[in-house]
Amino acid sequence: MTTAETGHRLAVLRPYRPAPAQMSVRIGPLPAAILCFCVIMAASTAWAQTGPAMLSPLQVIVKWSPLLLRGFAFNILISLLSMLLGTIAGLGLGLALLSESRLLAAVSWLVTQFFRNAPWLVLLFFVMFLVPFQVTMFKTTIPLPDWIKATVGFALPVMANVAEVVRGAVRSIPSTQWEAAESLSFTRRQTMWLIMLPQCIKRMLPLWMNIYAIVAMSTVLASIVGVSEMLTLTAQVHAAEGGRPELFAPLYGFALLCFFLYCYPINVWTARLERRFRVR
Amino acid sequence: MATSWTPDQPIVQCVDVRKSFGALEVLKGISLSVRKGEVICIIGPSGSGKSTLIRCINALQPITSGSIQIEGIEVSDPRLDKLALRRKVGMVFQQYNLFPHKTALQNVMMAPIHVLGQKRAEVEARARALLAKVRLAGKEDTYPGELSGGQQQRVAIARSLAMRPDIMLFDEVTAALDPETVKEVLVTIRELAEDGMTCILVTHEMNFAREVADHVYFTDRGVIVEHGPPETLFTAAKDERTQRFLSQVL
Repeated sequence: MTTAETGHRLAVLRPYRPAPAQMSVRIGPLPAAILCFCVIMAASTAWAQTGPAMLSPLQVIVKWSPLLLRGFAFNILISLLSMLLGTIAGLGLGLALLSESRLLAAVSWLVTQFFRNAPWLVLLFFVMFLVPFQVTMFKTTIPLPDWIKATVGFALPVMANVAEVVRGAVRSIPSTQWEAAESLSFTRRQTMWLIMLPQCIKRMLPLWMNIYAIVAMSTVLASIVGVSEMLTLTAQVHAAEGGRPELFAPLYGFALLCFFLYCYPINVWTARLERRFRVR
Repeated sequence: MATSWTPDQPIVQCVDVRKSFGALEVLKGISLSVRKGEVICIIGPSGSGKSTLIRCINALQPITSGSIQIEGIEVSDPRLDKLALRRKVGMVFQQYNLFPHKTALQNVMMAPIHVLGQKRAEVEARARALLAKVRLAGKEDTYPGELSGGQQQRVAIARSLAMRPDIMLFDEVTAALDPETVKEVLVTIRELAEDGMTCILVTHEMNFAREVADHVYFTDRGVIVEHGPPETLFTAAKDERTQRFLSQVL
């Protein structure tokens, strides 16, 4: 901008482009981690010297971190599986939304709206209590542990959101692409899989990653239905350490830190992808 | 659909074609016939239904009444195999409509491979030859976004030709191009016409129409006002509307 102004003195009408709203202050993951660590330490130092017999909050975290991190890995596993399930189902539902059959489109619209507008926790409860703890098929009994049910519970809203993303992305492609494909004798299905969806991937990726970050953070809801993921384990560790009030902030702070360190890079990467695709 | 068709009959036969969008009647009884190897130009002011007509010929839009026959196949037949029809009829659009995620070569190869189920190696050889024919040798691996409008349009022509159509429809294919690239596309179309391809062009390029067309149709407000060989239509138009239009554009 400034170089152009010094370059020539004639008034030039440039396209007005408002600066993108910067709602958030961007800090790198490393400073963020240090900041969180400091907060935890600040909360814990006050009680650090209370008694020699008691472990300091930091020692408690170090002592229990293998268990807590295993719990966190479980959160990630649940989030990845529900994302996988939800994406496959959501792609199907999204294609059904775009179907030429009015009935199929209407039914899938209802399904999408239902699962998009239901609170995740309520959906989770429904799946937990409606799905039996085991299924018997051909005389073999397959147990369905709670965490699998929770995964399905999270996959439902993911499915609806992915369906909406797929529908929106396909709709955003100019109709002339359909006409070109039609005039070349491609069937509707071929057009969808060979021409539409490959073009959509770029548009869908940032939105899809956004959904994933939300799912990853929401997996802690599974603690309410008794899945031993990180939050459940944190509560148990807290109880095992005698429920000392000064441990509350450091322990839950540790859980916060883990999720933050996991989700923040995803969001940064999403924002970067969004910016890159907007330029093209 | 079983009507037997012989090459001495018109390859495209439109009889009293009517097309309405809601209450608006866009085509009010169009009749025309095209013989094999003929080049037809449809000219006329904007909104006269030219584009709609050729989209109807390709069954991209259904007609309200009348009849369109391509090689004896009735296009308005509800049991029409649209895909089979479109293998006979290639279409090139004003906005090129190339597939942006595929290279020029892939754009040309896609339909023969996936629609006709032909062998990749054979299709690739043909696609390369077609790109060379439209003077785009060396651009095979370029994506549409990196090509100029004229180049994209020539890829689009090659893409249509790869399906080995009997008839080519051109819907204002030079209207979106820079003046300097218009010529390269017109040269390609002329070569095609000289090779004996049956072509139906909707165009605003009057000089081009005059040069290549065997027959020119002037349409206005959904009807064919006048038609004839270019020499007579462009120099001795009978209808006052044609005269007025030609005096504005020539």
